Amino acid sequence: MSIADSPTRRWEHFEHAADMGVRGIGPTREAAFEEAAVALCATITDPALVRPVVLIEVSCHASDIEFLFVDWLNLVIAEMSARRMIFSKFEVTILDGHLHGRLWGEAAVPDKHHPAVEVKGATLTELKVFQGADGLWIAQCVVDV
Amino acid sequence: MDLDRLTRISNTEWWIPPAGKMRVPGVIFATETLVREMDDKVFEQVSNVAKLPGIVKASFAMPDAHWGYGFPIGGVAAFDPDQGGIISAGGVGFDVSCGVRTLITGLKLADISLFKKDLAHALARAIPAGVGSTGRLHLEEDQMTAMLHGGAQWAVHKGYGHLADLDHIEERGRMAGAEPEHVSQQARRRMRDEVGTLGSGNHYLEVQHVAEIFNAQTAAAFGIHENDIVVSIHCGSRGLGHQIGTEFLREMAEASASYNIELPDRELACAPIRSPLGERYLGAMRAAINCALANRQVITHLTRQVFEEVFPDAELQLLYDVSHNTCKLESHRVNGHEEQLFVHRKGATRAFGPEAPELPSGYKTAGQPVLIGGTMGTASYILAGTVGSEQKAFSSACHGAGRSMSRHAATKHWSGRQLVDELAAQGIIVKSPSLRGVAEEAPGAYKDVDAVVAATAEAQLANKVAKLFPLIVVKG
Repeated sequence: MSIADSPTRRWEHFEHAADMGVRGIGPTREAAFEEAAVALCATITDPALVRPVVLIEVSCHASDIEFLFVDWLNLVIAEMSARRMIFSKFEVTILDGHLHGRLWGEAAVPDKHHPAVEVKGATLTELKVFQGADGLWIAQCVVDV
Repeated sequence: MDLDRLTRISNTEWWIPPAGKMRVPGVIFATETLVREMDDKVFEQVSNVAKLPGIVKASFAMPDAHWGYGFPIGGVAAFDPDQGGIISAGGVGFDVSCGVRTLITGLKLADISLFKKDLAHALARAIPAGVGSTGRLHLEEDQMTAMLHGGAQWAVHKGYGHLADLDHIEERGRMAGAEPEHVSQQARRRMRDEVGTLGSGNHYLEVQHVAEIFNAQTAAAFGIHENDIVVSIHCGSRGLGHQIGTEFLREMAEASASYNIELPDRELACAPIRSPLGERYLGAMRAAINCALANRQVITHLTRQVFEEVFPDAELQLLYDVSHNTCKLESHRVNGHEEQLFVHRKGATRAFGPEAPELPSGYKTAGQPVLIGGTMGTASYILAGTVGSEQKAFSSACHGAGRSMSRHAATKHWSGRQLVDELAAQGIIVKSPSLRGVAEEAPGAYKDVDAVVAATAEAQLANKVAKLFPLIVVKG
């Protein structure tokens, strides 16, 4: 299990038989969404290898917070795919079911990033967005790779 | 999986009796050993699929079944549109029409031994693979639409292959009924530079030799003999298919309730076949099938160019091309009647028996070639569809080994460098931009493909024809 260094704000991978689970944890829903996006990119490469030099902005809307989460990850996946980029830094704002995301990264370079897999999509499997007893938000799902 | 929950019908057939809201039984084709190794999630998912409206006969799992998204991977289910049958984006999967094609090279094992390194290098250089790779084609809107209508036929007419190839592709290389107008701009944007790319994960191009023939007559009909060199290509509809799967799964998840479909699992999101959403998905999904067929056709062309450089006299002929993530309208006999059914195969291969009208003339007596992918260091197989498979599971068979270990666990067990070196010592050259990717795809992270194929044959889903062993593996 890979865990970033902050005790309150971190990302993890969790086991799935064929694919990979991504989980973001943070003091707010937005932070959990941001960390989960880092976990998503960490299925592809070490985020530390990715320079956050190019900014891309995305937005989506859903009335259900779990669907909003899966839509967010799928936007990140689509931008990586269409632009041949990898991202390492994220900023999310959520207001009345509207999500605005800022993604920073750079062009994918095989010799530099040695990308392990390409993520096909974020799924509804193990999809959860909730606030734990410790007050931290958790956002997670399995991604198909 | 706990065997006590199943009714044993034979050594390779196990039933889940209908319980609760199951409309039909679940049927798992596998040996006792393979069933025991299956995740309990397979039991749950096979049972859940059996609860969907309009399902016919049974919810099936092939011997390579494992935990999927709503449907198990290795799942087969047919739905009758006249009985409120549904279509499910999860029942097809994200990589629409992912599949395998095998090319006969006309070369023998002895012909390539001196040139193996050169060939591996040339293939790795010519076949775009891995994250961030782009193909040689850039498709503007009108070309994209033409490709989504035309599939491999479009590619051949563009000069990527031979007309003769089309006879040896399911649907003769073009899925009818595609409706590119239902393919979103986002999906098109992702595909603009991806035609002719392998992708990553378990996708590959392998140069293989025919290590063993099990049925000489059928093998001869397919044009293969012991020690022949063949090339197998495993990939799908790339970003376009992924995006279609993503968008329709999401839309169906929200719409199912409006169709009064009670979902045992959100991931089983679906819509009636005869509904605006069901019909839109069908049109988009068929366009994605054409995308996959075009993709494999262009990669075939690139492969031929490489072989022409290294072996100027070699002529690569297409043995067959199968897709294993689809939903297709097919005619099947049910209770003595011919029925038009929408058959979902998620990680399962269509396996028509001899005399099926869909088969090319040369394979009429042999049955449909069923191409089973391996895992770098393990064998691949060529099987042939059986007459019995029609009655067993709507003419379906397994598609590969199926994972037995998570990617995370695999990277804990193996290092990519070590695997590449070990495979090299066995005479297998692996070309990949990512050692971590190689570790995640370690042969040991998959079920025993020999056992899966043996179970498939014993269950009479398909007959063994030939065993292939890898010499060169190009992975993304």
